[in-house]
Amino acid sequence: MTRVFVSRDMASVALGADDVARAFGDAGCEVVRTGSRGLFSIEPLVEVETDLGRIGFGPVGPGDVAAVLDGAHAARLGKVEDLPFFVGQRRFTFARCGVIDPLSLADYAAHGGWQGLGTARAQAVQQVVDTVKASGLRGRGGAGFPTGIKWQTVLDAPADEKFIVCNADEGDSGTFADRMLMEGDPFCLIEGMAIAAHAVGARHGYIYIRSEYPFAIATMRAAIAASAHIVAPFTLEVREGAGAYVCGEETALLDSIEGKRGQVRAKPPLPALQGLFGRPTVINNVLSLAAVPFILAQGADAYAAVGFGRSRGTMPVQLAGNVRHGGLYEVGFGITLGELVNDIGGGTSSGRPVRAVQVGGPLGAYFPPSMFHLPFDYEAFAAAGGLIGHAGITVFDDSVDMAHMARFAMEFCAAESCGKCTPCRIGSTRGVEIMDRIIGARDTSHPEDKGKVSTGSARTGEGYLDRALYSRAPNRIDVSIEAQTSLLRDLADTMKYGSLCALGGFTPYPVLSALDYFPEDFGASAPIKEAAE
Amino acid sequence: MEEFIGAWTARHGATRDRLLPLLHAMQEEAGHIDDAWVPAIAKALNLSRADVHGVVTFYHDFRRVAPGRHVVKLCRAESCQARGAAAIEKAAAERLGVAMGATRADGQVALEPVYCLGLCAIGPNALVDGRPVARIDAAALERIALEVAA
Repeated sequence: MTRVFVSRDMASVALGADDVARAFGDAGCEVVRTGSRGLFSIEPLVEVETDLGRIGFGPVGPGDVAAVLDGAHAARLGKVEDLPFFVGQRRFTFARCGVIDPLSLADYAAHGGWQGLGTARAQAVQQVVDTVKASGLRGRGGAGFPTGIKWQTVLDAPADEKFIVCNADEGDSGTFADRMLMEGDPFCLIEGMAIAAHAVGARHGYIYIRSEYPFAIATMRAAIAASAHIVAPFTLEVREGAGAYVCGEETALLDSIEGKRGQVRAKPPLPALQGLFGRPTVINNVLSLAAVPFILAQGADAYAAVGFGRSRGTMPVQLAGNVRHGGLYEVGFGITLGELVNDIGGGTSSGRPVRAVQVGGPLGAYFPPSMFHLPFDYEAFAAAGGLIGHAGITVFDDSVDMAHMARFAMEFCAAESCGKCTPCRIGSTRGVEIMDRIIGARDTSHPEDKGKVSTGSARTGEGYLDRALYSRAPNRIDVSIEAQTSLLRDLADTMKYGSLCALGGFTPYPVLSALDYFPEDFGASAPIKEAAE
Repeated sequence: MEEFIGAWTARHGATRDRLLPLLHAMQEEAGHIDDAWVPAIAKALNLSRADVHGVVTFYHDFRRVAPGRHVVKLCRAESCQARGAAAIEKAAAERLGVAMGATRADGQVALEPVYCLGLCAIGPNALVDGRPVARIDAAALERIALEVAA
């Protein structure tokens, strides 16, 4: 019987992988459902086991079964790992993703699984923490805080109970690495959490997954049940989010697990000292925890040998939006933005020129192609007025209206603000109003654009937000573009330095970067770059 | 619903941190969280009614009125916008006869916004009654419209 491999990843299923898998099953093949390899332009992908190895065909449909099985299909790709998209990658964290059956303990063990946990359990707890410190691993959720230091704080905190919490509330548009890992190699995350539990002395862990990821929730629950005997006495449970973006902020996430509104807590106290239920808590991103088994199994030096400056190891970069070869590309830090977008991503999928890329999700800066020399590195991006965030890169072609994207950033912040601090709660709503005035003034000076409806908004006329936005009399306000632009900068400054967390504090990044790099979209007469600060 | 709440808490516990899982279970069972059920939830978990109301209204997922028979959740986030989601949203609202964020008067279909499904390289994306659909164009939209008309 011929063995074929078809992904069960949510993205593959959205492209029709279930129908493909069913067709091969009907044709008498043994179908193994894997995670995704991570290149979506070849999905739905089927790999056929042959004497030459696993030969990929993609994209294919249910009608292609016969042609694929006799090897003559035009979409024959050869070995998937030999494709240009894959040869340049350093797959430390995603080594098994797309290769194994995600819920097969035998597959996981055969591909190096549980070695890290075995190594950790044979060591003193301080030695485990020291190894993570030596690897240089920094928080992959976006803040880049050294993971080993966080673990040390929890290890040193005296308490009768400690917790491990995995932040899988991956709400940033343009990011999907957490989802792919949970769906494609869930035991890797469980192993990382079990190592963390051993290192700091925790008995119970939570994985907080957003409700928009139903496949990841189901896979993680099944994987926890299947591996309970291996990680025991450590126990784990999945908590499902409920559509609040702000719960990706760690303290809001903790409140949400406790059954409260997902509101941000003031820091200090740090979660490492007073976290979940007031107990010392390790709270790490999926990718941080999933990097740990490799570090323990292969050694800190093997991980730290790759990287750039103070950013050590690999980053699973996600190429998204209007990009020809979108997907997951795990590579050492230091690769440039231009290499990622143009060489690996292949430019836009629309075939038009790249105008802007947003790095790091809704709170990340927009960069023009003139910034493509930037190396992928926490410090380099911070110096350029941006952030790596969760390493999602969203590509836009030249049809994008950057003023609308700036308005959308403010609108998103207004919709998702937890409401605890004023700069975020009120500032974002004022920001939408300012952007409406700028866009209105700009379109009035170009009569042919008049009446163009903002692409980023749905004017349903319902809800408190829409009412609040238009409650002020416009004839009392100086609506000239110059006045509104300086008001916008002033507001961004207040939000950046006055907000309690990154939602309000980082929303100015997309807004100001759009204004600085694309002033012509904001009605400026010539594209002159203004001072950033 | 009191019976359901009693059975659920007997099985899963009645501590405060069970509130979100309980609300998810109730919505799974009944389609929404009716305001009339809030006192029973509060009593079961030893919380104030205001506390429960605050949580129900904070999270976008929890509905206080029954949804349409079919729910189309269309992604509005940046990566889908970069692939033409705004035009698809407009076309979907016209074809389905319902504004974004609303349920059609006959209760047949609701069009809801969602901010990222994590399928960001293959947008515009949607969840049609929980089933993921990618690369939505005019033809895909027509298939969705026929599906939710049934």
